Amino acid sequence: MPKSMFEKIWEAHVVRDVPGESTILYIDRHLVHEATSPQAFAGLKAAGRKVRRPDATIAVLDHNVPTLQVRGRRVLELVDQASALCITTMEQHAREFGITLFDMNDERQGIVHIIGPEQGLTLPGMTIVCGDSHTSTHGAVGALAFGIGTSEIEHVLATQCLLQKKPRSMNIRIEGSLGPGITAKDIALYMIGRLGTGVGTGHVVEFSGSAVRSLSMEGRMTLCNMAIEAGARAGMVAPDETTFAYLKGRPFAPKGALFEKAVEAWKQLPSDPGAHFDTVHEISIDGLAPQVTWGTNPGMVVDVTGRVPDPADESDPQKRRAYERALEYMGLEPGQKITDIRVDTVFIGSCTNSRLEDLRLAAQMVKGRHVAPGVRALVVPGSMQVRRMAEEEGLADIFREAGFEWRASGCSMCIAMNGDRLSEGERCASTSNRNFEGRQGKGGRTHLVSPPMAAAAAIAGHFVDIRDF
Amino acid sequence: MEPFTRLKGLVAPLNRTNVNTDEITPARFLKTISRTGFAQALFANWRYLGDDQTPNPDFVLNQPRYQGATILLAGDNFGCGSSREHAPWAIREYGFRCVIAPSFADIFYNNCFNNGILPVTLPEPTVLELFKEVEATEGYTLEVDLEAQTVTTPDGRVFQFPIDAFRKQAMLQGLDNIGWTLSHLDEIRAFEERRQQEAPWVFSLK
Ligand code: SF4
Repeated sequence: MPKSMFEKIWEAHVVRDVPGESTILYIDRHLVHEATSPQAFAGLKAAGRKVRRPDATIAVLDHNVPTLQVRGRRVLELVDQASALCITTMEQHAREFGITLFDMNDERQGIVHIIGPEQGLTLPGMTIVCGDSHTSTHGAVGALAFGIGTSEIEHVLATQCLLQKKPRSMNIRIEGSLGPGITAKDIALYMIGRLGTGVGTGHVVEFSGSAVRSLSMEGRMTLCNMAIEAGARAGMVAPDETTFAYLKGRPFAPKGALFEKAVEAWKQLPSDPGAHFDTVHEISIDGLAPQVTWGTNPGMVVDVTGRVPDPADESDPQKRRAYERALEYMGLEPGQKITDIRVDTVFIGSCTNSRLEDLRLAAQMVKGRHVAPGVRALVVPGSMQVRRMAEEEGLADIFREAGFEWRASGCSMCIAMNGDRLSEGERCASTSNRNFEGRQGKGGRTHLVSPPMAAAAAIAGHFVDIRDF
Repeated sequence: MEPFTRLKGLVAPLNRTNVNTDEITPARFLKTISRTGFAQALFANWRYLGDDQTPNPDFVLNQPRYQGATILLAGDNFGCGSSREHAPWAIREYGFRCVIAPSFADIFYNNCFNNGILPVTLPEPTVLELFKEVEATEGYTLEVDLEAQTVTTPDGRVFQFPIDAFRKQAMLQGLDNIGWTLSHLDEIRAFEERRQQEAPWVFSLK
């Protein structure tokens, strides 16, 4: 029987599967951060339990860390007391349970979903979980990676397993080729706009097709990152030569003969021809324009050449009301041209778009230009390693000279926990993944775009079509 | 885990689709190491007028007729977005024990079970019908029976809902999930030995 990649990975991790019971699924790698884990460790302690495999657990500080530095170091005084307590609690739990922690001054520190692949912690064929919905990102290497809640974190810490009901499988084939300046982010937003924010509910989605094959590893990560915004349990892309070349030599990846042996096994992972998927979608991205969200979920998206839709054109009353509410929150008028929307803030960062390629594409728009008057623009690299590499390449100078703030890594204004946030009514072009009400600060208005689109908006002061910028 | 068997309670309607966990519990309330203290955070951006304290009279849950509700009626794709368990913590602490919606986001759905909240999926037309009835009738209650997998209206109509058999039993009994998995430790050990042979690179972290 031909099998899908999802089925192969699933079956390889079943510890116990008895009718009438949930499946006990083994977890190869558990990533932990300070925002969702304190209560899990506390629960573990209260029950007198241990971490079953500290060696398979890696912790990092990212959601609450300051992105400013004092003399090249980050100090707790840069964030409020509540954030500081989350940080010190993680440090204490890591010590107590013998877990490796990348603390905020570790040179490997970064957003959990950036450092996983970057450090080679994330490998093909693995099951990977983290108390964070964007764990789907790690599926880009050909792994089954999904987000879990705090009770489940405690479960994995104690047992290295999870109780799971087998999700359904979905194949989203993306065909066509990308024009210049169009990125994986545009594919992701377009796909969600077409298929809906709930299309993936209950499913693990494998992305395939010519457009996906030609994406770089970093582009595949952006695509899988947004799988959760389509409601999917996980996103994944079959490993290939691009994947193996990316992983080779990474600090935690296998070395030498073991790497070769692993590659042989990883080559068996891709879905067999004729493998069954419960649901199949196909989209074409030929001629795709840069995408800009206008509303309060990632599916409310149009081409940059388009206009804000008119709720009156919507026949479905629930949708019409959602559109009306979104326009009111966003302070937009029906029919307004996207390129007429002015921004106050530009945020280039988050686990969606803060890798080296993202910063390169953004820097191309910025080079030799200056941020528009009155616009506050931030670049927050996804990891300290990305930051160092961008500095070596001269990207940091391009941004600084253009009037961008060049920060240390962390989640920052993607979730607004560390003090980097929008104020009431402020409008932001953001490379992150969620334009939910209040996501970047209470009353803040978020438009999701690709890194070059965000960079160009910073320069122009409003959205522009980067194809003629 | 807190058991759930049966519940007859006042229903509060939140007639919006795609309600996400940032709306259920905004991120500024997540900066805590505690598992309690979230009742105040629930729907904070909608519930208060700006200072996180003064109730917004226009928000549906603030209406006197919905005070003391234990069942939340919600729109499609409820609980989408982040994995934060703070969302079900807040829902539970506010007083809800059951959420009824046409569909739920996966992680939120799982998190509910771990916190003694029963997520009930009913077909969209049924939920829309219930919204109409709740809004039209003050003091509208529903009866939810987990054992029978039914929701019963005041006039006696009965809707059946689906639920995974294991989860149902776990919830009825208030099972300790972790304890249950640990009771299969031999199988976990055997699996680990096998996997170490088959994929040694997975174990080479340290
Ligand atoms: S960058 Fe944003 S989406 Fe990614 S892990 Fe951090 S808070 Fe979550």
